[in-house]
Amino acid sequence: MKGARHLYVHLPFCAHRCGYCDFVTAVGGRDLHAGYVDALLAELELECGLLAGELETVFLGGGTPTFTEPGALARLLSGLPRAAEVTVEANPETVTPELAALLSVGGVSRVSLGAQSFQPHLLEVLERRASPDDVRRAVHTLRDARFDNISLDLIYGIPGQSPADLERDLAEALALGPEHLSAYELEAKPGTRFTHAHGDELHRQAEAMESYFECVVDTLTGAGYRWYETANFCRAQELAGGRDLRARHNLGYWHGRDYLGLGVGAVSTIEGTRWRNGPAVPRYLAALGRGERPRRELEPLPEPVQRRERLLLGLRLDEPLPIGDLGGALDRSALERMRSLGLAELRRVGPDGAELVSLTARGRFLGGGVTAELLS
Amino acid sequence: MDQDHIRNFSIIAHIDHGKSTLADRILELTDTVSDRDMRAQLLDSMDLERERGITIKAQAVRVHWKGYELNLIDTPGHVDFTYEVSRSLQACEGALLLVDAAQGIEAQTLANAYLAIENELEIVPAVNKIDLPQADPVGTSALLADLVGGDAADVLPISAKTGQGVAEVLDALVERIPAPAGDPAGPARALIFDSSYDQYRGVIAFVRIVDGRFSTRDPLRAMAQGTRFEAEELGYMSPARQPVDVLEAGEVGYVITGLKDVSKLRVGDTLTSERRPAQAPLPGYKDVKPMVFAGLFPTDSDEYPELRDALERLKLNDGSLFYEPETSQALGFGFRCGFLGLLHMEIVRERLEREFDLDLIVTAPNVAYRVELRGGEVVEVHNPSEMPNELERVEEPYITASVIVPKDYVGAIMELCNERRGRFDHLEYLSEERVHLIYELPLGEIVLDFYDQLKSRSRGYASFDYDFAGFRDGNLSRVDILVAGEPVDALSLIIHRDAAYERGKLLVERLRQEIPRQFFDVPIQAAIGARVIARETVKAKRKDVLAKCYGGDISRKRKLLEKQKKGKKRMKQVGGVELPQEAFLAVLNLDQAKK
Repeated sequence: MKGARHLYVHLPFCAHRCGYCDFVTAVGGRDLHAGYVDALLAELELECGLLAGELETVFLGGGTPTFTEPGALARLLSGLPRAAEVTVEANPETVTPELAALLSVGGVSRVSLGAQSFQPHLLEVLERRASPDDVRRAVHTLRDARFDNISLDLIYGIPGQSPADLERDLAEALALGPEHLSAYELEAKPGTRFTHAHGDELHRQAEAMESYFECVVDTLTGAGYRWYETANFCRAQELAGGRDLRARHNLGYWHGRDYLGLGVGAVSTIEGTRWRNGPAVPRYLAALGRGERPRRELEPLPEPVQRRERLLLGLRLDEPLPIGDLGGALDRSALERMRSLGLAELRRVGPDGAELVSLTARGRFLGGGVTAELLS
Repeated sequence: MDQDHIRNFSIIAHIDHGKSTLADRILELTDTVSDRDMRAQLLDSMDLERERGITIKAQAVRVHWKGYELNLIDTPGHVDFTYEVSRSLQACEGALLLVDAAQGIEAQTLANAYLAIENELEIVPAVNKIDLPQADPVGTSALLADLVGGDAADVLPISAKTGQGVAEVLDALVERIPAPAGDPAGPARALIFDSSYDQYRGVIAFVRIVDGRFSTRDPLRAMAQGTRFEAEELGYMSPARQPVDVLEAGEVGYVITGLKDVSKLRVGDTLTSERRPAQAPLPGYKDVKPMVFAGLFPTDSDEYPELRDALERLKLNDGSLFYEPETSQALGFGFRCGFLGLLHMEIVRERLEREFDLDLIVTAPNVAYRVELRGGEVVEVHNPSEMPNELERVEEPYITASVIVPKDYVGAIMELCNERRGRFDHLEYLSEERVHLIYELPLGEIVLDFYDQLKSRSRGYASFDYDFAGFRDGNLSRVDILVAGEPVDALSLIIHRDAAYERGKLLVERLRQEIPRQFFDVPIQAAIGARVIARETVKAKRKDVLAKCYGGDISRKRKLLEKQKKGKKRMKQVGGVELPQEAFLAVLNLDQAKK
């Protein structure tokens, strides 16, 4: 099985840059969209040798992929290889019946909506343009276009967000019946406008985030969702007609699979090497215009590093991780310590007694710290 | 040079009152150094001294003025080095008392001025910084005249910064300070008032020749310690070393000894020549003993050999530094070090960190205790964790503290001294505004945060000096700290019995704030013997996750966790609990936690 089976495509354009965002984005520039799509397709052409004959997933992330000028977006979708799961990130206010139709025709099977919150005052703090009604309308529009795999992104820990606000957000999200939910604690990335404006408040409320996180997990699992990754939930298989609704593309990352990334700032990891394309749109366009690869940062990933990543990514999931794959990355004495504290579990399965490590529920709430302990 | 044309003097001044600047002006005015060579504030040669604006090691420099040879003997400017100051003053016939015309007299200046008066030195008073708009030369002069028992008209107004009045200072030194009056024909005797270590030439002694003469190649002996060596080179500082063949009665200079161990040559000892040895040494030699102790541990236990080498090298230049290996359950291998006082400790720590690039954990300092065991044996205890539970009695060192403070803060400072088991001795008004307070205090109450408290409760106006007053009976308890049920030896402390409960409570409260939350509840207890007197709990943390981790984030998140793991490895573990360095310092500032 040669070649990467996961493809990521970065569309950096946004109508507006939200204060908390630290992704590679470019505001406006609608005149650039067509050229950028040409460049993406050119990069795909240069790199298609790295891809497997048949792809599992394609993921269009941003930026705001659905802000891309419709003609260009349609051209991109038709130029990308088919895959079992094709996800597009969308901002609610961009979702119109026309867009839904465009995505549907383009082979998109899954839409990830950046809802973030349903409280107008919190959306304002985040500088999001969508209103709570936009979010609801977007879901209905997508349903009308027969999308049956919709994910909603939520953010908690927004400055000024009360526990009641969080409960309302979760209830509103659940009321829309999404197949998948992602819930992130707001991260104040150093240097962003947001951190500058709200850093002190975030610091003050840090302690409360423990119960917010617990509230998110308790509420969503209580509503029949599977907490399959630290920040990700999907409707449980038995409640979804047997469908596995986990995000297959992201599972690829967490399982340590190879992936190819196209576009500015996109990261690829293939056969022990990781590279990141430069973030500047004009340079990217210029390089591909000359038929050259864009400027990249290379990072070799020797075996031991790959194993450490396997450990730190694997422990984010609710599936046990085979220790045999980890080599020396796992600190066995730390594992014993974590077991004695009721944070990790070790099981032997199969005729050869293969060892599997997993975190307990409490261990998953402390997953970052526990993983730091377990890394040798 | 015949003795009539020699003048030996020191400058007594508070930090920042301009001593080093004046010394620079004197070197310039006497053409001892050219302007080009002039490194600002030449006398303070160590980096640390420059930065902190203090002089740690005394040095001597010779200048010439109108046919006279003037030796300026620099004195260390801090309470911890009182003995060294007294030896430096012993080497002089006079002292220039320099006071900032805006700041007035500070406690340390007063203490050193009294020391000079006791040594029967001629005091030449001067007020500095008269160029400053806020200067009060008239008031300060009156105060100075009062202090030295002279006339305000004899107080010299100067500005070391601009050079105004500096020539007059040199004239006054020549006129007012008596010439040395030793016996030039007698058996040779010289007072050692300082020493330093040169890696090629060994120990260099700074001496004042009192009687007779010393020649190169003379076989010499330090009379108190009995150390014998040959004078490899004699000379004086100008300000670089200037070798000479002979040093005669009245002169100040250096002797290169070739000795490899500074502790063989103590400040205050008398040198004599074996060719014609003196009968008796000069008076006043004391074997100075460390009074303040603390444990020094490398943060990374692999750095123990580096710490040992660094201490060995520091000791070469600092005969008063004491150290011995110590093993702590909590902190591993390190050293128990003895210091003359708090500043001395601070200087040693900073030099270790700065000059030797070591990352250290320094335990809370404590004093030396004299413990009489059941059965009558008396031992000295330098480490709280070694204080025996079964004992007859304990003695602790006391000091006579001298505090000068504006009258508005007298109440606050008296309250502080009373809280610290001080016994009021007396109080005097130096002027309408400034009060001089004398208290007896246990040194153990000073070593933690007394100085910080003094400064904060007087808004920085109080100045402080002290003198040892001997050992007294103490009603003391050892309080142990247990983290997750295990005693942390490096956190044990010895406290007056009446304060044990309150301090124990404050300390566990403080530790609760300093110890990061772990994966489990961590009880913190204070105990006297088997009796727990205070308890707090660091609650287990409930959330510790990296919010997002997708294809573009993996490298960054991996590095984050690897860094976190490395940080954990560096922290000291007790009972499975990671203790940050701050925890070991918590005991230092308990009173801040109270607020």
